[in-house]
Amino acid sequence: MSRLRIKTPNEAQTVVEELYRDVERRITASPPGICPVDISNAFLKVCHAQTCGKCVPCRVGLGQLSELLEKVLEGEADISTIDLIEKTARVIKNSADCAIGFEAANMVLKGVMGFRDDYVEHITNNRCLFNIYQPVPCVSLCPAGVDIPGYISLISAGRYADAIRLIRKDNPFPTACAMVCEHPCESRCRRNMIDDAINIHALKRFAVDNAGCVPVPKCQPPTGKKVAIIGGGPGGLSAAYYLALMGHHVEVFEKREKLGGMMRYGIPSYRLPREMLHDDIDSILSTGVIAHTGVQIGEDITIPQLKEDFDCIYISIGAHTYKKMGIEGEDKRGVISAVEMLRNIGDGSLPDFTKKRVVVVGGGNVAMDCTRSAKRLGAASVTCVYRRRKIDMTALPEEVEGAINEGCEIMCLQKPLRIAGDDDNNVTALWVQPQIIGPVDKAGRPAPLDAKAPEVRIPCDIVIVAIGQGVEIQPFEEFGIPVKRGVIDALASSNLANIDGIFAGGDCVTGPATVIRAIAAGKVAAANIDEYLGYHHMIEVDIDIPDAKIGVKPACGRINTTERNAGERNNDFNLIESGLTEEEALAESARCLRCDHYGYGIFKGGREIKW
Amino acid sequence: MVKLTIDNIPVEVNENTSILEAARSVGVNIPSLCFLKDINEIAACRICIVEVEGVDTLVSSCNNPVKEGMVVYTNSPKVREARKTNVELILSQHKTNCATCSRCGNCTLQKIATDLAITDVPYEIKPQKGQWSKRSILIRDFSKCIKCMRCIQICDKVQSLGVWDVEGTGARTTVDVSHNRRIMDSDCSLCGQCITHCPVGALRSRDNTQEFFDALADKEKVVVVQIAPAVRAAWGEELGLTREEATTGKVVAALKHMGVDYVFDTDFSADLTIMEEGSELLERLKHGNNGCTYPMFTSCCPGWIRFMKSQYPDMVKCLSTAKSPQQMFGAIFKAYYAEKLGIKKENVFLVSIMPCVSKKREAMLPTMNDAGTERDVDLVLTTREFSRMIRAEHINPAYLKEMPFDSPLGESTGAAVIFGATGGVMEAALRSAYFLVTGENPDADAFKDVRGMDGWKEATFEIAGTELKVAVASGLGNARKLIKAIRKNKVHYDFVEIMACPGGCAGGGGQPVKDGVEMAEERADVLYFLDKTSPIRYSHENPEILALYEDFLEKPLSHKSHDLLHTDHEGWVMPLAPFRANMRK
Repeated sequence: MSRLRIKTPNEAQTVVEELYRDVERRITASPPGICPVDISNAFLKVCHAQTCGKCVPCRVGLGQLSELLEKVLEGEADISTIDLIEKTARVIKNSADCAIGFEAANMVLKGVMGFRDDYVEHITNNRCLFNIYQPVPCVSLCPAGVDIPGYISLISAGRYADAIRLIRKDNPFPTACAMVCEHPCESRCRRNMIDDAINIHALKRFAVDNAGCVPVPKCQPPTGKKVAIIGGGPGGLSAAYYLALMGHHVEVFEKREKLGGMMRYGIPSYRLPREMLHDDIDSILSTGVIAHTGVQIGEDITIPQLKEDFDCIYISIGAHTYKKMGIEGEDKRGVISAVEMLRNIGDGSLPDFTKKRVVVVGGGNVAMDCTRSAKRLGAASVTCVYRRRKIDMTALPEEVEGAINEGCEIMCLQKPLRIAGDDDNNVTALWVQPQIIGPVDKAGRPAPLDAKAPEVRIPCDIVIVAIGQGVEIQPFEEFGIPVKRGVIDALASSNLANIDGIFAGGDCVTGPATVIRAIAAGKVAAANIDEYLGYHHMIEVDIDIPDAKIGVKPACGRINTTERNAGERNNDFNLIESGLTEEEALAESARCLRCDHYGYGIFKGGREIKW
Repeated sequence: MVKLTIDNIPVEVNENTSILEAARSVGVNIPSLCFLKDINEIAACRICIVEVEGVDTLVSSCNNPVKEGMVVYTNSPKVREARKTNVELILSQHKTNCATCSRCGNCTLQKIATDLAITDVPYEIKPQKGQWSKRSILIRDFSKCIKCMRCIQICDKVQSLGVWDVEGTGARTTVDVSHNRRIMDSDCSLCGQCITHCPVGALRSRDNTQEFFDALADKEKVVVVQIAPAVRAAWGEELGLTREEATTGKVVAALKHMGVDYVFDTDFSADLTIMEEGSELLERLKHGNNGCTYPMFTSCCPGWIRFMKSQYPDMVKCLSTAKSPQQMFGAIFKAYYAEKLGIKKENVFLVSIMPCVSKKREAMLPTMNDAGTERDVDLVLTTREFSRMIRAEHINPAYLKEMPFDSPLGESTGAAVIFGATGGVMEAALRSAYFLVTGENPDADAFKDVRGMDGWKEATFEIAGTELKVAVASGLGNARKLIKAIRKNKVHYDFVEIMACPGGCAGGGGQPVKDGVEMAEERADVLYFLDKTSPIRYSHENPEILALYEDFLEKPLSHKSHDLLHTDHEGWVMPLAPFRANMRK
C-alpha cells in the first residue's frame, strides 16, 4: 500500500463536473418571469443533494423545507405553512454546522421575505403571480426591445440594410449602439445552455459596416403639433426621431455646440468614431427634426417660453455635472473632472498630457475612458486608483483589460485622502489609504475598510476625478419640475406627476446609465407624447423575417472580435475594435437559436410588429 | 412551387406550405393535437412531428414550411417512438375518465391514443388540479387540459378578449383566466368559442339536461320548448344524420317523444324581434339614436351585449332595446299565450334549445322576468345538450315521424330562420323596414349583399330615396375593429348587426364540435335554403305576428311591447374589461 496517492478524478466525477458547468450556463440563461417559489424549490433540491448528511438541520430540514414548498406549489398549504417554512429555515440557518446548510436556508428565507406575495397567491388561489411575458431572452433584456433574432436572421440572409431598418424600428442609433452598447441582450442568451451567448454586439456592428446608407422611413402626414426636446443626446434624439416619424414638428434644444450628448461628450472616439456617430445623427435629422445647438435653458430660452410655443416638452438633459470627492486639495491646479476632460475632447480641444503623470480616481466606465484617453494624450504614466478590488469595478471587464494592455496601471484598494501640491498650488501627489476588503454591505457589495497599513503617496501632476455625475437641475427645479435625490422625478411613462405636457427621461431621471437605456426612455416618451397629443401613431416596418432553419445546432465556439495591437492603438484616438469578417458574421449569425420561432416565442411575445 | 417527397410520395405544393398541409394534400394524414390553422401553430404537443432527412431532431410539421428537395418521413421508427411517447406523456397528466366526459367519442386525444393503440401508460398518472367557480356556466376542468393553448389563441386572436392566459411556469404551467382573475369577475362574453375549439373535454358548458328531465317528471309543470333558428342546421351532426334527414319535424317529434307538452319555434319571436327592432330603427333614424352619435346596434346576441357592456360601456345606449328572440318568446308566452292555451303561467316551465352558451346566462339576468314569474325563460339547453338528450332517451331519429310545431307560436318566416347566420338579422330587418317605409315589399333577396362569411361586411341600400348604410360583423375581434373605426369616425353607418361567434349563431359556442372544421358556412347554407323555400319571407307577413299585434300588443313599440319585449341593458352589472377596470381604480 502506498502511503499517499495523487488525487485523480474518476470518470463519473468528471462527468458530474461537466454537468455543474452545464447547470451554471443554464442558470445564466434562465428566462425572466419564472415562478420564484418553484425555482427556489428547485435550488433547494440541489442544495439538499449537496448535504453530506452529518447534521440534522441540513440532512432532514432541507428536505422538509422542500416538502413544504411543494405543498405551497400544489395548493395544499395554508397560511400557517409560511410560518412553518420561516421557522424551519431560521432554525437551519441558526443551527446548521456548515455553509451547505445555513446558506441553503438563507436562500429560502430571502425568498419568503422577497416574494411573500407569491407564496400567498399560491396558497390562497393556487395560482402564481408570475408569467413569461417576453420569452425571447435577448429582446426582453434589451431596454429598447430591439428585434434581435429578426436582425440576426437578416444578417444571415445577407440583407444588411433590412437589418438596419429593423433595428431602427426600436432604436434610431444602430451605429452608435453597434460600437458602445453594453449589450445586456447577450447576458441571458439561450445559446448559453449549449455553449456561449451569441455575439450580438459584433453582429450588429457587421450589419452597420456593410449596410451602406439606409434611408429613414417616410414621416406620417403632419399633425401640426409641436414638440420641444431639451437635450440632444441619445434619449432626446430618439424621442425626436420617432415623434418626427409620427408626423409631429420637433425641435431639439442642445446646450453644447454639437449634438450627441454623452455619446460625443462622454465616450472617446476610439470607442465611437465621430463620423459613425454622425451617420446616426444625420439619419435622425433627415426626418425633419430641427436642432438648435448652443442654447442654454434658463438663459437663452426659458421653460415657460417653450411651454408657450410648443404643445409638449421632453426633458432629456442627461447627467453632466461632476461629483466632487470632498477631500483636501481638490481645488489645486491639475485636478480636473472627468466630465470636463471628456467634454473638451468632444469639442475637439485635446488637453496635452505630454510627460505628465496622471492619476484617475474611480472604477466605472467613465474612469476607464479617462484612463485610456490620458494615455493617448501623451501621459508619461496613467494610474487608475480605485477603492475596492478590480473585480468590484463597475466598468466593463474588457475596458479594464484594454486599459491595462495599453500600459495603464490599476491601483486597487486605495482610498484617496488628500491632494498635495507645491507652493504654486500645482498638484504634486495624491495621498491614499490602503484598504482591506470587508463585509458585504446592504447592496450586496463587499465594502472596503481602512487597512492597518501606512498612507501611500502617489506622485502625480494631474488628478482626474471620475467618481460619478449629477444632473444640472436648477432651471428645471425653479420652474417646478419635481426633483428627488438630485434627479428629475418622472414616472415610468415619462410623465411628470404634477405637470401636464412635460415629460422627462434618460440619465436626468435615472442618474448616469447607458446609451441604450436613454434610447429606450426616448422611445417610451415618444409613444406617450403621441398619445398625449391625441394620436395613436404606430411605428412599424415592413420586413419579412427569414424562416428559422430546422435542425439541431451543435455546440460551437462564439466568435469574438479582435482589437488593434495595444502598443499601436494607445497613441491615437482611432477605433480600437475590429469588425467581423463576412465569414465570421455568417458563422456567428448561424449560431442563433431563433427563440422567436422555437419555444414560447412562436406562441406569445415572439415578435412585436409595431408599437 | 416546391417539390419534395413525403413517405416516398412525390409532392408539389406552394412555397410556405407547412409540411403537415403538404402531407394532407397527398392523403398522408399526420395526426395533430394543438394545431389549429392560422390560429394556433405553436407546435406544443409534438404529435405532428416528422423526420426530415439530414436533420437530427424531429421536426414539427404544423409550423415548418416545406423546402425544395425535402425528404420527409411521417412514420419512421424514430417518429413512431416519439409520437407515441408524447401521447403517453400527455395522457399521464390527463384525467382519462372518458365514460363520464362530455367529449367522449368526439375527443381528439382519445382518437389519437386509440389510433396509436396505446393500451397502457408507463408513467404515473397525475392530472393537474385547479379551482373553478361552481356558479360558472363555462366550466374548465384543469385535470383534462392538455395545454394546447387553443382557447387562449381563439379568445385573443378571434374574439379579442384575452380572457384566457398561460398561468404559472415550469411543470405547473396551465391555462386560467388572465390577470389572475376568476371567471365570474372577468369580461368573458360566454361566447363558448373556447369550448368548441378545445380538442378534449377541458372546457364545456354547464349541463342542464337533468333539470329538463326533472321538469318532465313534475306533473304540475307544463313543459314548453322553443327551438332557435341555428339549432335546426346542426342538431343532427353528432347523431350522424345528413342535412336532409335532420329536419325540424324530427326535432319536434323527438321532444314530444320525451314528453314535452308544447314545442314552438323561436323563429316566431325572431319575426317579433324584427317588428320591434325594425320599427325602433326607423324611429331612431327619424328622432336620433337614443342620444348617441353612433349607429344603432342589434341586440339579439347576448355574447355581444356582454362584450359591449364590458368593452364600450359608453356605447350601450346605442344598442337596440329589443330583447333577443329567446327572451321575447319567454315573456310573450308566459304573459299572453299561456292564458290563451288555458295554462297558468306559474306552471309553465319554459325551455330554450339554443346554439349558444351565453343564452344560459341571459335567461338568468335579473331584468328577464317581465311576465311576472321568476324567470321568463326557465332553462336553456345547447344544441349539444339536445343531441345528448336524444341519445340519453335512446331515440332513433330514423324512426321518428315528422311533427309540426305547435300553434300559435309555430308559424314563422324565411326572414326569421336566417337569424341563425351572420347578416340574417340585418337582412330580415331591412326586408320589413323597407315595407314599413314604403308600404311595399322589396324583392326578398334585395339585401343579400350582407350574406357570407366575411367578418366585416358593409352595404348601402336605398329605401324610399333615403340612403341606408349598414354593416354586419361576426366574431368579437371583427366587432372590435368595426367599433374602433366607428369611434374614430373612419366609417359611418346607420345600422349595425353584430354576432359574437364567427359566422353568427350557425357557428355558435353551443353547437356541436367538429375539431379542426369551421361549420358555420355549411350550416348557414341550410338556413338560406330554408328561407328560399319558405312560403312567407317577410316577418311583417307572419299571420300569427299580425294577430298578436291585433289582439294584444296593438303596434310595435307600444306600451305593452315596451313592457314585455324591450329591456334595459343597464339593468344589470357586467365586469369591465381589464384596461377599463384599471382606469376606474
